[in-house]
Amino acid sequence: MPKAQPGSKAEFQAAEPPPGGPAESEVRRFLLSRGNSAGADRAFQWLMVLCGLAIFGIVALIVVELVLQSKISLHAFGWKFFFEADHDPITGEPIYWDPVNGHFSALPFVYGTLVTSFFSLVLAVPLAVGLSIFLTEMCPRAMRGILAFVTELLAAIPSIIYGLWAVFVLVPLLRDYVNPWLAKYLGWTGLFANDNPTGLGYTASAVILAIMILPIISSLTREVMMAVPHSQREAVLALGATRWEMIRMGVLRNARIGIVGAVILGLGRALGETMAVTMVIGNTPEIHRSLLQNGTSMAAVIANEYAEAVTDLHRSALTEIGLALFAVTIVVNAAARLLVWAVTRGASTRVA
Amino acid sequence: MNKGERTAQTVWRAVVDHGVTALAILATLLVLLPLLAIFGYLLYKGAASLNLAFFTQVQKPPGEAGGGMANAIVGSGVLLALASVMGVPIGIGAGIYLAEYGRGTKLANAIRFTADVLNGVPSIVMGVAAYALIVSPHVSWLPFLGHFSALSGGVALGIMMIPTIARTSEEMLLMVPNSVREAALGLGVPNWRSTLSITVRTASPGIITGCMLAFARVAGETAPLIFTVLGNAFWSVDVNRPIAALPLQIYVDALSPYDDWHRLAWAGSLVLIGLIVAAVSLVRYVTSRGVLKGAS
Repeated sequence: MPKAQPGSKAEFQAAEPPPGGPAESEVRRFLLSRGNSAGADRAFQWLMVLCGLAIFGIVALIVVELVLQSKISLHAFGWKFFFEADHDPITGEPIYWDPVNGHFSALPFVYGTLVTSFFSLVLAVPLAVGLSIFLTEMCPRAMRGILAFVTELLAAIPSIIYGLWAVFVLVPLLRDYVNPWLAKYLGWTGLFANDNPTGLGYTASAVILAIMILPIISSLTREVMMAVPHSQREAVLALGATRWEMIRMGVLRNARIGIVGAVILGLGRALGETMAVTMVIGNTPEIHRSLLQNGTSMAAVIANEYAEAVTDLHRSALTEIGLALFAVTIVVNAAARLLVWAVTRGASTRVA
Repeated sequence: MNKGERTAQTVWRAVVDHGVTALAILATLLVLLPLLAIFGYLLYKGAASLNLAFFTQVQKPPGEAGGGMANAIVGSGVLLALASVMGVPIGIGAGIYLAEYGRGTKLANAIRFTADVLNGVPSIVMGVAAYALIVSPHVSWLPFLGHFSALSGGVALGIMMIPTIARTSEEMLLMVPNSVREAALGLGVPNWRSTLSITVRTASPGIITGCMLAFARVAGETAPLIFTVLGNAFWSVDVNRPIAALPLQIYVDALSPYDDWHRLAWAGSLVLIGLIVAAVSLVRYVTSRGVLKGAS
């Protein structure tokens, strides 16, 4: 039947699913209805669904376990765990963290985490945006691949190696050259007063964090900048703009929500970063205005004390810090994903 | 319009343009600088300390020269095997669900989003959760649980592998053309068989590299191991006891005051980074060469 041949072919093509939905194919439905493997198929499908649901299960399990383990601390301190501290009855000095004598306050940890994360963003964001501009708008094509690979590599280095490098290279460098300079010329701001002979502290942590979050921010920034349609660039160039004006008006303005998302994602990484920070922050539960002083962070105190917690209350308090860290990073990451998603999803349809 | 004014403005705009270009190049150089510094220093220090003893001996007590991290390398292997037993099947299963069954559904979108968010949860929190689940004394009435053990570290690392593997598997499976699936079904192959033997098989180079990437990521994780596997100065492959791990040993040695131990830390880092660079390069090779192109 030569006549039926093209007809059936057309029919087959008509039955072919729209992109993104093979399960809806007529052919597939027809075949499925005849097979005697329906039971095995259903079992397999449910197994796969279970694997997918396991991801929800993991999140639920983490929440339940963390809440159960921090119950003692949640009952004992409530909200003031994160906002108040005990005071020495004689001197009136605050005692933030003294597990042996039962003083618990998360203030110095929250402070250290926020300060180091904030200053790491201050250092990393301009560099990441600069790198992304160079890679997407200026760089010769041949170099682009190599540089992208190199930044990818930077993202893959484990934090323990960053920490090792920071302890033996970065900290001596800061101690001998950078910190004295900062104390001398910027000491009047109060942020860089009282040079600390160890070289450890908030500054060292912020610098190593900046190096660590740079690749994350820059790779996402690059992604959203590349998602900006070329017509936008061409339109601005056609009005006689220079390259920078084209980048500013055509690219950055369109990608700004996604760039904010990338920065927030970097913030999420910085908040939870443990090893490198633990190795260089100095681990003293105090609050200092000067960035050159020793401090500590939420992740660092868990890493340092969890295995050797002296009482159940101590362990529970540490778990509560972990719970807070979990909650904050979940919120920060969700916000970042939504922002990046909003930009790249909208752009891909516009490009097409 | 005055012609002289226009030129002045144009010159200024050109100056700004060049200035920004210079700044962007400067930023790129500043980003490359720490990378070169880290790699260079690591190679310089690590290569000098790396020898056969590193791979064959256990760490010596302070004061004695030599020694190695053989027990830590084996320990990391045990931990990664435990993590893979848990993380790889669930991760690939979730990837299959996302790509084959759940495409476009709300549930799949929610799972995808949760996986991405889970990827950003700090590893130290995973450690705390694994501690609560396995090490904490309140579960000690169960067999294997209630004390520091290799098992707890394996679970922590396994959980961390799942979102990465699920997302890369999904991406790789989505690249398999529908005609391949329909060809299999057209021959009367059951759906589950077609998924496993045809679709997953076609995407397997990509899925394997995805697993390698997850593997490389957790191989360097230290934070979730500190208070779950605890570390061990001696030979042990018992999953029910504390075990040594390479990143954990690097951490301990780096903060010790002994030069010999510092040398071991550098050598260990070089081994770790070698593993990771190999995995990342492989992933890049596979994704750029498009191994899947042969299928279409």
